[in-house]
Amino acid sequence: MVQNIPDRLPPITQIGVLGWIRKNLLFPWYNGVLTVVSCWAIWSAVKPLWEWGVVNASVTLDPALAKQHSGAAWGFIRDMWPVFMTGVYPDAERWRPLVALILLVMMVGISLVHSFRGSKWIRVLWLASPIVIFVLIYGGVLGLPVIGTHYWGGLMLTIMLSVVSMLAAFPISVLLALGRTSNMPIAKPFCVAYIELIRGVPLITILFMASVVLPLFLPPDVNLDKVLRAMVGITMFFSAYLAENIRGGLQGVGKGQYEAADALGMSYWKKIIVVILPQALRIVIPPMVNNFIGILKDTSLVGIVGLVDLLQIAFATTSNPKWFGRLEEAYVFVAFWYWILCYGLSCYSRHLEKKIPSASK
Amino acid sequence: MSHSSAPQKVVFWRNPQVRIWTFQILMLVAFLWLAVSMYENTLINLRTRGISSGFGFLKNEAGFRIGESSGIVLPQGGVLWFLLSLVIGLCISKFISSHQKTISDGPLNCKWMSICLFFSIVLPAFTLYFFRNSIEILHYAESSSYTLALAVGLVNTLKVTVIGCVASTFLGLLIALGRLSPNWLLNRLCRWYVELNRNLPLLLQLFFWYFIVLQQLPNVRQSISLGGWMFLNKRGLFFPTLVPETGAWAFSIAVIIALTGVFVLFRRSNRLLNETGTAGKILLPSLGLLTGLPALVWLFLGQPFTLDYPVFKGFNFHGGTGLTPEFTALVVGLTIYVSAFNAEIIRSGIQAVSKGQREAARALAMKETQVMRIVILPQAMRIIVPPITSEYLAIAKNSSLAVAIGYPDFVSIGGTILNQSGQAVEIVGIWMGVYLCISLLISLGMNIYNSKVALVER
Repeated sequence: MVQNIPDRLPPITQIGVLGWIRKNLLFPWYNGVLTVVSCWAIWSAVKPLWEWGVVNASVTLDPALAKQHSGAAWGFIRDMWPVFMTGVYPDAERWRPLVALILLVMMVGISLVHSFRGSKWIRVLWLASPIVIFVLIYGGVLGLPVIGTHYWGGLMLTIMLSVVSMLAAFPISVLLALGRTSNMPIAKPFCVAYIELIRGVPLITILFMASVVLPLFLPPDVNLDKVLRAMVGITMFFSAYLAENIRGGLQGVGKGQYEAADALGMSYWKKIIVVILPQALRIVIPPMVNNFIGILKDTSLVGIVGLVDLLQIAFATTSNPKWFGRLEEAYVFVAFWYWILCYGLSCYSRHLEKKIPSASK
Repeated sequence: MSHSSAPQKVVFWRNPQVRIWTFQILMLVAFLWLAVSMYENTLINLRTRGISSGFGFLKNEAGFRIGESSGIVLPQGGVLWFLLSLVIGLCISKFISSHQKTISDGPLNCKWMSICLFFSIVLPAFTLYFFRNSIEILHYAESSSYTLALAVGLVNTLKVTVIGCVASTFLGLLIALGRLSPNWLLNRLCRWYVELNRNLPLLLQLFFWYFIVLQQLPNVRQSISLGGWMFLNKRGLFFPTLVPETGAWAFSIAVIIALTGVFVLFRRSNRLLNETGTAGKILLPSLGLLTGLPALVWLFLGQPFTLDYPVFKGFNFHGGTGLTPEFTALVVGLTIYVSAFNAEIIRSGIQAVSKGQREAARALAMKETQVMRIVILPQAMRIIVPPITSEYLAIAKNSSLAVAIGYPDFVSIGGTILNQSGQAVEIVGIWMGVYLCISLLISLGMNIYNSKVALVER
């Protein structure tokens, strides 16, 4: 006689929270040891930070009151917020970068709305926005007083350096990549030499070249702006790296696509712009975002040639007699900004990476 | 039909060949024009500033101090002979060992191995012995030339690069293993380590280590004593150094021979494993070799090294060796930054080895360590090596951030010379040339290694 035995539940140690803990944290004995070691590592890293940043911290704007607390003085950040954002930009004119920022955020917001994405107006707006933003920040038009680039600084300068350099490096790198993948006997070695030369040297030497040697190369009466020189240096540097990314994309487009375009009697530039580049660039968007993260991080080197970007502002604010020596707070704040921007971008690039294969199917 | 079957005559400006060449010639002309005008502008600018061009200034006296300068080893005639004999010896032994496989795999092996050893080790060692006084060690002083200052900077850069490469690989391996671990907590911890380090600029991290962490250390008087023989304070880390005594030469040679022996044993057991399936015993013989040979030399020639302890005298430590805070901050910062990238490379390399390989290896009753060493790692290596090469190149290049925290590396010393002499074009040229050479050497070495680990496809 067949007897039905009801299914037994797994033992309590295999399911639920307990089971999870047993399986993921404790089960072979060395796992338990690792858990203990990890706990100790987290404890020893987080506890002093927590005590410094939260328990013993103060948010008062008065430095004398802040001194009574042994922890962080976040009032310093509140006090210096505009300086961190825009450097020594004149106080009366700080609304201009703010308006520019709001414009930029609105542009990004509009572009994220799906139904607007393909429209022609978005493209026109994107093309016009750098000019509008530049005019807003630099001034000289519509009665806005001119604010020279030596007043630019902080997060604003960091973002401007990286965005402008990326935009400028893009067309150069497309040309370099096309030159490198072509078989033109003069242009190809030229592109290869440029890319390998730039990729073989540190960014600092390029920045030194842009800031010290470039003025020597120019006619004596031409005087390039300091910020512009840094932009030239960063652009030169990243166009080489970007070119290698784009070359990867160009090689990823099937040979048949080139041949099909040729068979249709397309001219070279038509073939490249209409057929090849749209496909190649779509493949390399994620590495290009990573490249942009690299630019964002590496703009911090412009401090070495005398610009006051987000990282250098940490030194500038802490030499202020009112909040003298609050270096830790400044660093944490600056690090927070870099981290948010870079982590956000890298999440975006991962999101794109997941999305792109489905687009090509 | 108006069109004939003969190929239509193309108007010459529509001919792709003509277009390509016109474009290229225009480009060349533009480039030459740019170069010539830049050259002329530079001459004019230099004349107005009263700077003479050329590399003659390199012979001038430097006149500045360098905080960290190791002696530069300059090989004289005899060392060149040694290097020549080393190269010849290595070539001959390579030739022999490549032919040895075709001759026999049997008992002759030992004979060929000894011939190889003779050519690659004993021959150069003899040469070195006969020309042992042919190494000159130059020490930098303020009266030395700019050339020597630059050489000191180059040595400092290479020092940081080599230590950074080795340390970041090991740390990266640990982090990667942590990320692969089934332990949830460890996994998350390593993941956040990577995310934190990857998304912060290296310069910020260097500043953090230099201006915040190292500034928390006590003054020289209140140094933290580590076991009574290492001392940590604001001026750096001080530890004892080995001072060679009479037997040091023989002792070092004994250690080298023992290490070579262990290497040979290891190769042999690997081959035995490949051929017969059972590995030869290597642990005990190699331990015996490693301890026995140096111990014998120690017994017969007396203590080969004595320790020179750092002692606090007056205002600072004397004796021993000190690591400057700049060096420490640079090495720690670089290592931790790059280890995050290396960890991701190693992890993705290991994960890219297909699961079936691991299962197959287990099905063959391999031990877990064997699975990793024989099956997984060799396959992961060919994925890991190319991207890790570019990380090594990045270390070499990023060590130039030393200039920001005052470590006297190649760029930093070049910058000082640039400020003193105003020879901007020459200095930037030297920088670029030297960094290109370093980059080329690293990628050459790694490419040779890569060709060894790469998958051989038929």
